Amino acid sequence: MDQLAYVLKRLFSRRIVLVAAAVLVAVTALAVFFPMFSGVDPNAISVMERLKAPSSEHWAGTDELGRDLSMRIVYGSRYSIMIGIATAFFSVIAGTALGLLAGFFKKLDAPIMRVIDAMMSFPDILLGISLVSILGASLWNVVLALAIVYTPRVARVVRASTLVIRELLFVDAARALGVSTPRILYAHILPNLMSPVLVQLTFIFAYAILAEAGLSFLGVGVPPEIPTWGTMIASSLQYADRAFWTIVFPGIAIILTALSLQIVGDGVRDLLDPKLRKSA
Amino acid sequence: MNEPITPRLSVRGLSTSFMTDRGRVTSVSDVSFDIPSGGTLALVGESGSGKSVTSLGLMGLHAKGSQAIVGGEAWFVKRNGERVNLLALAEADKRRLRGNELAMIFQEPMTSLNPVLTVGEQIAESVRLHLGMDRRDALQHAKKMLDLVEIPAAERRLHEYPHQLSGGMRQRVMIALAMACNPTLLIADEPTTALDVTIQAQILALIQRLQKETGMSVLFITHNLGVVAQYADRVAVMYAGRIVETAAVGPLFAAPQHPYTRGLLACLPGMAVRGSVAKSRPRLTAISGQVCSPFEPPPGCAFAPRCALHIAACDTAMPPLAALADGRQARCIRVNEKIEMTA
Repeated sequence: MDQLAYVLKRLFSRRIVLVAAAVLVAVTALAVFFPMFSGVDPNAISVMERLKAPSSEHWAGTDELGRDLSMRIVYGSRYSIMIGIATAFFSVIAGTALGLLAGFFKKLDAPIMRVIDAMMSFPDILLGISLVSILGASLWNVVLALAIVYTPRVARVVRASTLVIRELLFVDAARALGVSTPRILYAHILPNLMSPVLVQLTFIFAYAILAEAGLSFLGVGVPPEIPTWGTMIASSLQYADRAFWTIVFPGIAIILTALSLQIVGDGVRDLLDPKLRKSA
Repeated sequence: MNEPITPRLSVRGLSTSFMTDRGRVTSVSDVSFDIPSGGTLALVGESGSGKSVTSLGLMGLHAKGSQAIVGGEAWFVKRNGERVNLLALAEADKRRLRGNELAMIFQEPMTSLNPVLTVGEQIAESVRLHLGMDRRDALQHAKKMLDLVEIPAAERRLHEYPHQLSGGMRQRVMIALAMACNPTLLIADEPTTALDVTIQAQILALIQRLQKETGMSVLFITHNLGVVAQYADRVAVMYAGRIVETAAVGPLFAAPQHPYTRGLLACLPGMAVRGSVAKSRPRLTAISGQVCSPFEPPPGCAFAPRCALHIAACDTAMPPLAALADGRQARCIRVNEKIEMTA
């Protein structure tokens, strides 16, 4: 436990990381727990209260169908965060596997990395749009498309680290002890990749939330009946001149979450950077 | 203990070549030596003389990218008496030997332990792999190993990471790792080079103690002649990828036969003092010239360009490793005239 306390102390030594982490905890807690206890239907339509400005009754105003925006933002956070986590998770798994193979086996390096390079040569959002168009617009297809989009980033980072680690003496030492190649990959190299992968995970989480919003905004993302932050902005666009809050508040939610993730990601990277590490 | 007639390891005509940008280069050729059961052979030579290549070849640890071609034979007697050629063994069989019967200690204790695994886990891994113990037993065994290599507070150290240990401690852990499955042959590749002198002595004493207790054979790779004198039974001196002289330790230091060996011994500060008049501070002697490039080996003896005893006949062909009295060998055509020259 001392170790955990030490790590947290290091991580939060910069105040802004602490603030960002607090925001993330709050957003996640709201997303997870609020819908369980509130019993509010975020899709409840109230035609009489269309496009109402923020008030004590509706904190963030209402949208074009009279739905309470604050409720929808909280509910939307569930989907946005879930898409972010799922995308980060899948792209990290695929990217780590590909990067590890490319970095460790010289024969696989060129074939894998050329495909990765080809994928990276497309702008993220363009690749996302084409993948969703091919797969069809659904929540999981958006996750799949974004995971494919972000896999190359992880793969490149993991490959670079693997190239370094595989030459270290402890890999030879493990071989000298009769450890098999799959086990060297899994038990000796993979654990050493954890810090760069963890950093990538937080960044991709943030990118995925932004990209989902972008895809939904462009109409190729999650179907509009699912309240994500992106679909909320997209469907409110035509009312933006009369009801700025329909765009501003979901926008703030996106910015706040993505920015917090980036800041925490930076904090984690600083923490794990061996050049900044002091001996324990 | 009765010495078996067949040596633990018998290497015959070992050669290794690598692919480089400038073509295939032979870095070790015609290396032959025997290590008896329980005996210690020191492989001595300067950097690049092929000591480490020899040991890595025996372990089968050459990097795949270097496209190493290893020739020759290395007959190893297993614990159960079976005799196998290490260089012709299938990878899976070799893996079963490595860490189990063949163990290796590396030069750099700082990087030869995995930084993200605890010391206990690393020792336990090898034990679980080869002795088939479960996790608990393996950790228990790991603790015993740490006790064996004289690490204090072994119970606590078991759960520590390599960065929490000093260099000497880490080398002890490496030895514990190597000894975990009670190997019959330990290859120690400059195990003390990265350590300071007092720790060096402790580590060497530890290896020697373990060797006495377990009866294992040791192939000791070093460039430190002081270490050789103290710990080895026999010495093989390497120069430019070939063994130039082999002898038992005492005779080698007393009367080196090959000019290179003589040069090496003359380079030792202690030897220089003894050989010179005490009044003036003696200069350290050095062997003039440089090691020949493996890309352009000289036509004859590899040491000829630097040799004080060089004659025209030296440049015609690589001299054979001539057998001398008392089981000694030297790779020099003038080896029999030298007695008068040293006098």
